[in-house]
Amino acid sequence: MQTPHGTGATGVASSVPIPPYPSATSGAPRPATAPRDPALEAQELVRVFGGRRAVNGISVTLAQGDCLALFGPNGAGKTTLLRLLGGLLTPNSGRTQLQGVTLPGPAATRRLVGLISHHAMLYPALTVRENVRFAAECQGVLDADGATTRALTRLRVIERADMPVRALSRGLQQRVSIARALVHGPRLVLLDEPYTGLDDVGARALTDALRDLREQGAVLVLTTHHLHEGLALATASAIMIGGRLVHTERAGAGDLDVRGYQERYRRLVQESHG
Amino acid sequence: MTEAHRAPAFLADAWRIARKDLLIEFRTRSAFLAAAVFSVLAVVIFRFTWDPTAIPAVDLAPGVLWVIFTFSGLLGLNRSFGLELAERAYDGLLASQVSREAIFAGKVLANLVFVAAVQLLALPAVALFFDLPVGPAWWAVVAIVLLASLGLSAVGTLFAAIASNTRLAELLLPMMTLPFFVPLVIPAAQASAIVMRGQPLEDGLAWLKVLLAFDLVFVSACIVVFPFTIEE
Repeated sequence: MQTPHGTGATGVASSVPIPPYPSATSGAPRPATAPRDPALEAQELVRVFGGRRAVNGISVTLAQGDCLALFGPNGAGKTTLLRLLGGLLTPNSGRTQLQGVTLPGPAATRRLVGLISHHAMLYPALTVRENVRFAAECQGVLDADGATTRALTRLRVIERADMPVRALSRGLQQRVSIARALVHGPRLVLLDEPYTGLDDVGARALTDALRDLREQGAVLVLTTHHLHEGLALATASAIMIGGRLVHTERAGAGDLDVRGYQERYRRLVQESHG
Repeated sequence: MTEAHRAPAFLADAWRIARKDLLIEFRTRSAFLAAAVFSVLAVVIFRFTWDPTAIPAVDLAPGVLWVIFTFSGLLGLNRSFGLELAERAYDGLLASQVSREAIFAGKVLANLVFVAAVQLLALPAVALFFDLPVGPAWWAVVAIVLLASLGLSAVGTLFAAIASNTRLAELLLPMMTLPFFVPLVIPAAQASAIVMRGQPLEDGLAWLKVLLAFDLVFVSACIVVFPFTIEE
């Protein structure tokens, strides 16, 4: 076991669970939002593609207001894990529960999930407003027009609301995609490389929106190659290699040391190759 | 009671998805233009290879009509899921609270409107080029066409969803779909030939019953099977 912050053990023999919050006597700062009952609980998730275990026995427990940053090299299984956590993929074994309901679950539970990817997940022929409103309507938002305007304002793309998405730059498309994912106020937000293609303004808008969501008690799970952005928001972090979590840490948001983490990440990736 | 049985939400979701697909097609017009050009060209080719002294127009026209309907419909089906997968918008749809059955129903509805629009263009073209007498009996032809289109759209949408996950979608779709189109096209072609020959619709009632039965079987089976096609 490693210290400080209740750091989990490393190794590739089995997945390392996300450690619980450090106790008050450990000296580690608690996150602003105190944990309550587990909001997201995944147990022993296994997913096999063509004989290869893309996710191999991973368990994750996150409380309201938690943000798990998931790092790992390409092909580590991060996206598959994310899709399993959101109920978009069915595991070969294990299960994911969101607020006590096993995913994919009924419509009311699916509504709690928001998905952001490096793919725009938009319809290029529709306008910005039409895309976001369609998502709001699909999620059963009663005031879809109002929610659309608020989401576009928050992501600073309201002035382009009536432009077709295909006419926007990649960075602006990504901001619209984030507005689409957040328009219904999800309680679990899954982010797959969300900073890809974003300029500084977009990255700041995304970080602000995610921080607001986290402070409101939403659970965030984020995969990224950008350790700085990931660790700035994270209350927990994990390094995933070969379908397993080989290292986990928990700390207050922004308390994880980026430089030390970079070293550790590099060493673990090298060990997995060697 | 399953989610699929909440009728108002199911219908509203299906209509929302169909409206979105039709709006995209209306803005881009790519599949419709391709299908319309194909239909008119096919009618012209059939017309100029036809020997009126060997086969009467009323015997040839139903066959021409159904060949055109079958292949022009395929052009729109490919696009149905292609537009979802281009930017992975499908993931957002699947993660929403819309049921899989409502997604399928919406796609079928959009494809039905697309196929019907192409047929509205092809029907008068066939009547014009084959010099067919246009009378009240053509309303019966329109009804037969719509009935068959429902089954074609349901089967086509299901296989479009399956094929869209493969790298050879455009090749696989016709190979998988056409064998299932046969039980729909045969009674539809027979019933429309009877009507176009000027015989009363009652003479084609047996074929209409077969067509209706296959419609019911295919639509029901496709709704049940569709959710399983989504899983990776």
